[in-house]
Amino acid sequence: MPMFKPLARPLPFFALWMLITLMLGLSLQARAAEDETLAQAGALLVQKFDQRADAVALLVERDHPRTQEILRLLQDGELYYRKDDDRLFVIKSAETGAEALDLLDGSAVTIEKKRDFKKVTLNNQMRNQISQALAEIGLKAEDPKRRAAAVRELLGALNEDTVSVLRNRIGNEPVAEVRELMVLALAIQDLEKGDEATRLQAIEQLDGSLEPPVRNALTALLGSDAADQVKRQAQLALNGIDEKIRYYGMLETLYFGLSLGSVLVLAGIGLAITFGVMGVINMAHGELIMLGAYTTYVIQQLMPNHIGASILVAIPAAFMVSALVGIAIERGVIRFLYGRPLETLLATFGISLVLQQAVRSIFSPLNRSVATPDWMSGLVEINPVFSLTLSRLYIILFCLLVFVALVVVLKRTPLGLQVRAVSQNRAMARAMGVRSKWVDALTFGLGSGVAGVAGVALSQLTNVGPNLGQSYIIDSFMVVVFGGVGNLWGTLVAGLSLGVANKVLEPWAGAVLAKILVLVFIILFIQKRPRGLFPQRGRAAEG
Amino acid sequence: MFLMEALKKDRGGQVLLGVLLVLVIAVPLLNLLVPEGHALHVPTYTVTLMGKYLTLALLAVAVDLVWGYLGILTLGHAAFFALGGYAMGMYLMRQIGDRGVYGNPLLPDFMVFLNWDELPWFWLGFDQFWFAALMVLLVPGLLAFVFGALAFRSRVSGVYLSIITQALTYALMLAFYRNEMGFGGNNGLTDFKDILGFDLQADATRIGLFIASALALALGYLLCRVLMVSRLGRVCVAVRDAESRARFLGYRVENVKLGVFTVSAMLAGVAGALYVPQVGIINPNEFSPLNSIEVVVWVAVGGRATLYGAVVGALVINYAKSYFTAELPEIWLFALGGLFVLVTLLLPRGITGLLRRKEASA
Amino acid sequence: MRTKASKSKLLLGSVSTLALSVSMNVAMAAEDTIKVGILHSLSGTMAISETTLKDTMLMLIEEQNKKGGLLGKQLEPVVVDPASNWPLFAEKARELIEKDKVDAVFGCWTSVSRKSVLPVFEELDSLLFYPVQYEGEESSKNVFYTGAAPNQQAVPAVDYLMNDLGVERWVLAGTDYVYPRTTNKILEAYLKSKGVAAEDIMINYTPFGHSDWQSIVSDIKKFGSEGKKTAVVSTINGDANVPFYKELGAQGVSAGDIPVVAFSVGEEELSGIDTAPLVGHLAAWNYFMSVDADVNDGFIDSWHSYIKNEDRVTNDPMEAHYIGFNMWVEAVKKAGSTDPAAVQDAIVGVSVPNLTGGYSTMMPNHHITKPVLIGEIQDDGQFEVVWETSGTVAGDAWSDYLEGSKDIISDWRAPLSCGNYNTKTGKCSGQNF
Repeated sequence: MPMFKPLARPLPFFALWMLITLMLGLSLQARAAEDETLAQAGALLVQKFDQRADAVALLVERDHPRTQEILRLLQDGELYYRKDDDRLFVIKSAETGAEALDLLDGSAVTIEKKRDFKKVTLNNQMRNQISQALAEIGLKAEDPKRRAAAVRELLGALNEDTVSVLRNRIGNEPVAEVRELMVLALAIQDLEKGDEATRLQAIEQLDGSLEPPVRNALTALLGSDAADQVKRQAQLALNGIDEKIRYYGMLETLYFGLSLGSVLVLAGIGLAITFGVMGVINMAHGELIMLGAYTTYVIQQLMPNHIGASILVAIPAAFMVSALVGIAIERGVIRFLYGRPLETLLATFGISLVLQQAVRSIFSPLNRSVATPDWMSGLVEINPVFSLTLSRLYIILFCLLVFVALVVVLKRTPLGLQVRAVSQNRAMARAMGVRSKWVDALTFGLGSGVAGVAGVALSQLTNVGPNLGQSYIIDSFMVVVFGGVGNLWGTLVAGLSLGVANKVLEPWAGAVLAKILVLVFIILFIQKRPRGLFPQRGRAAEG
Repeated sequence: MFLMEALKKDRGGQVLLGVLLVLVIAVPLLNLLVPEGHALHVPTYTVTLMGKYLTLALLAVAVDLVWGYLGILTLGHAAFFALGGYAMGMYLMRQIGDRGVYGNPLLPDFMVFLNWDELPWFWLGFDQFWFAALMVLLVPGLLAFVFGALAFRSRVSGVYLSIITQALTYALMLAFYRNEMGFGGNNGLTDFKDILGFDLQADATRIGLFIASALALALGYLLCRVLMVSRLGRVCVAVRDAESRARFLGYRVENVKLGVFTVSAMLAGVAGALYVPQVGIINPNEFSPLNSIEVVVWVAVGGRATLYGAVVGALVINYAKSYFTAELPEIWLFALGGLFVLVTLLLPRGITGLLRRKEASA
Repeated sequence: MRTKASKSKLLLGSVSTLALSVSMNVAMAAEDTIKVGILHSLSGTMAISETTLKDTMLMLIEEQNKKGGLLGKQLEPVVVDPASNWPLFAEKARELIEKDKVDAVFGCWTSVSRKSVLPVFEELDSLLFYPVQYEGEESSKNVFYTGAAPNQQAVPAVDYLMNDLGVERWVLAGTDYVYPRTTNKILEAYLKSKGVAAEDIMINYTPFGHSDWQSIVSDIKKFGSEGKKTAVVSTINGDANVPFYKELGAQGVSAGDIPVVAFSVGEEELSGIDTAPLVGHLAAWNYFMSVDADVNDGFIDSWHSYIKNEDRVTNDPMEAHYIGFNMWVEAVKKAGSTDPAAVQDAIVGVSVPNLTGGYSTMMPNHHITKPVLIGEIQDDGQFEVVWETSGTVAGDAWSDYLEGSKDIISDWRAPLSCGNYNTKTGKCSGQNF
């Protein structure tokens, strides 16, 4: 075995030195002491991680007035140092020509070469150290949300100082929610340290709380040397908590299933139009999705400073790009192949290969990075064990929106009327004056455009690369066939139910087996109902 | 006698069989007798490559049988091919014996590695060649029979059938990727040593496999030909062109489809079994739906419902693939993709169709 | 008559052109250059990773030629595209060796591609330099493993998490194939030997390209909320990583709560991900682009000027090719010949600079010595080294933590000359020559 040497250096000398300076500082002017603290911390911050951690400890220890500010700068990655003279600067964006503010005197310099400055980076230990320190400071914050976050951060991790701070503040805390959290925090503390009566009281206070530290503290209590009476109560409380967790676990599975399902619906619904309404098997459907995702990437490149808005711009743009490519495919190839669905399959498969290679040649075979805008990231926290991921929530809503829009287009607009007419009886529709070629091109464009829109959504979830389309094409076909060709409602129900089925099966079968089971189920289902969940009726179904 | 009958009007078939005969005689001679470096020498590398192409051609014939004559566009024939390949691969794995990395006389390396103590039941018997050979036919045949029995009875047809054949091969691919399945997961079966006691790396064995592939292709072709010029063949075409009418006339359409589909799957299995020892590896990627679609494209390019067209298509495209991936890797997908579009648009009857049209006009 | 002729011409033509063109190429391959084969997928699923390695090799060969070539001859790269298709790897390897007569091949990425070409290299007795971290459990006479073996990546990473971050619960998440399976088996045995209880280890396998990570991330979150510090050791492969990290970010799992240490995520993979939610997650490699060393700066500069793009990153497998290529060059000089057998003998013990400022040596088991670095992902897509081994670690072909292989050693020097020697039974098994 090789010898491993950590980067750390033992620090007894440093501790001693700190003690001495601390004592010296008492006799000096307060202001001078503050300046010196900052200078010391600054000197440490430009060194290795362990010294940086010492700097943070120093600032917290001395309770320097700028501690919170500096910790926040570190956390946000806005603190840099100049390589030449190790001076610390605050930099919002490290670009040539941008402004750098001196941390000590606030004077501004312009960045001439961005490699002159180096960020004061953090490692995980330091991030935890800083968030703990900020939480302790945050207990005194004005904003009740910050206070709540600070108490939550400290749940199960109280020390003597913080306990006394909490006990002092709990009586004056104006916001009920924060007060409850404080009660929990102290109750967990009591559970660990208290006598039998306090423990029983603490269990009562903790009963029904879903905060993970509560459950852990109760579990730990069961294994401790507490009195039987206490353990019995703890077990009861724990059972109640587990019951709730199971219930929310089911809700969570359902949510996961719906969100997976809505991805399937989005991917499949464009196919439901081209395949279902027009009878064209478009194997290039996946690549049209891919084009939508690449459009999102390009839009983000064009407006790098407005990532939030870029997604909204990308939706119509992706629709247009994919729709135009779709129309080109229809006019160039598919219109010669109507009535020969199996041949369209081959030709469009060829097109899919060409499109894949095209993006590979244009954008390189590497995946492209698409940023998630701030308004899409984050969680909607219902309670500590059940929260909805915001991006998924938006995608579910978006899916429903697209679905409704399509239904409206097909059922309520003149174009929709013509589309349905042509798909039901081409000859008759033409006889009634419908320009069937025009309708064909537009329908195909519509289906393709919706695929592009799906690509925008997928760019937020998965790789944007040349293989994006291939990974969704089979699933899309399954959804459409399972739902019943030519039926948008079928696609919606099929996609959502397949998503939920997948997620319900996953915990006990594993991800792969769940998927196989779903596929086998579809194969068997098609045997039973060869035309899917909602079969199309009438003459068009004979084709 | 009816062999002659079957080939009488089949110029393409005659040429094909003739070429195969020439190859079977000439290639071994050119490989073994002509010295290396001579312009006419055929290196072993080329022999194996040609052997591989011939097995793919057999797969294409199998697909043409159901697509060309029955109108079933199967997007899952790679599954039967791969199953045949796995059956052969299992035999070859058992032949390694204690020469594996861990030196376990009974268990293949990947099982030792997964801490398995005994051979799973489905690996029993594969140490015997006759058993493996039987499985090469039976496993794909049985799967096709069960799948077909379900699908054709309930009259799943057209696009729906295509999609569920695709689902079938996709599900199998996912299943074989699982290490728990006992087929070596993603790494598949590889590092084969010998077949029937012959060293797989020896030139003579390679030539033997090449000849076996050529014979299998010739026999497979003849079998399909005989089937298709018989009364059954005419019923098939009737089913393809007007299924309902054939049904109303009293033909048991399901049984016809089922029988031909099963035969076709077995042929694909044989092709897979011959493919594996020549390429030296079988992995779940062979189940990939893309592979199945590619086979259909070979048939389309060569010319549907001619059988020999399938052979031509398979050879031309695979040769082009080998060539382009070596010379112009970036161009390959453009070329292949473009070919699909052009053939379906301009040459609905494939390359051989072009020649037949000339014949008709001459 | 005419039509019959044309038809037979077609059939004959397609077969005989094939035979002819192949044999003609053989005749032309006798020029006075040293040929180097490059066997990396340029299309298909693996093109994402492998194209870069092809370019790296072309750059290294070009630079060597500028320095006057090798043994007074110019090097000539021969590039083929095995198209991410495993049987095609074997076919192309055979083509490179038999038809193009290359003297050494640099290539492969996935284990299955290496397994596919292995018999070919052993049969034709050529050389393969394999540049990617892999599961070990193999040592071939004809293959030189310049990527990390599990003891050069996974084990030190776990040590770091355990000792420096105080991790007590472990999620071993991987894609279901042989590399994660082996690595996780080794890690499981290793963790248990360090006293970690079975219920504190959660193992999870997902298929290739897995894209819906909601349930798994949620499980990890629950597993990690039970009071003990938890980390994820990820052997998730390629494409599945992006949705995995996105889901971690979406469900609010930060590196501070549950750090993820990955063995397959490097600078190149990060360039396709929005790294903001990933900051602080870890990777263990033997090289990072951010490493502060003159030789590394020089390498990055020449890479940028070769590829004509200042934004392209460098990564660990590129360094492996850099080391492997230089080792081959040194060995050829030492042997005075490109003959594979002579190079095989000469290369053991050859030391060349690596890109982290030290030296790497080819060991008798055909693995090399490397330092192990652990880096934290930064928001600019680079890694900041947070820990490193004091010296280099020699690659171990056969893991000491696996039941079947702890008694096996590999030493290609005479008199043992065996990649798979069982010290208990005294038998050398599984050899193909």
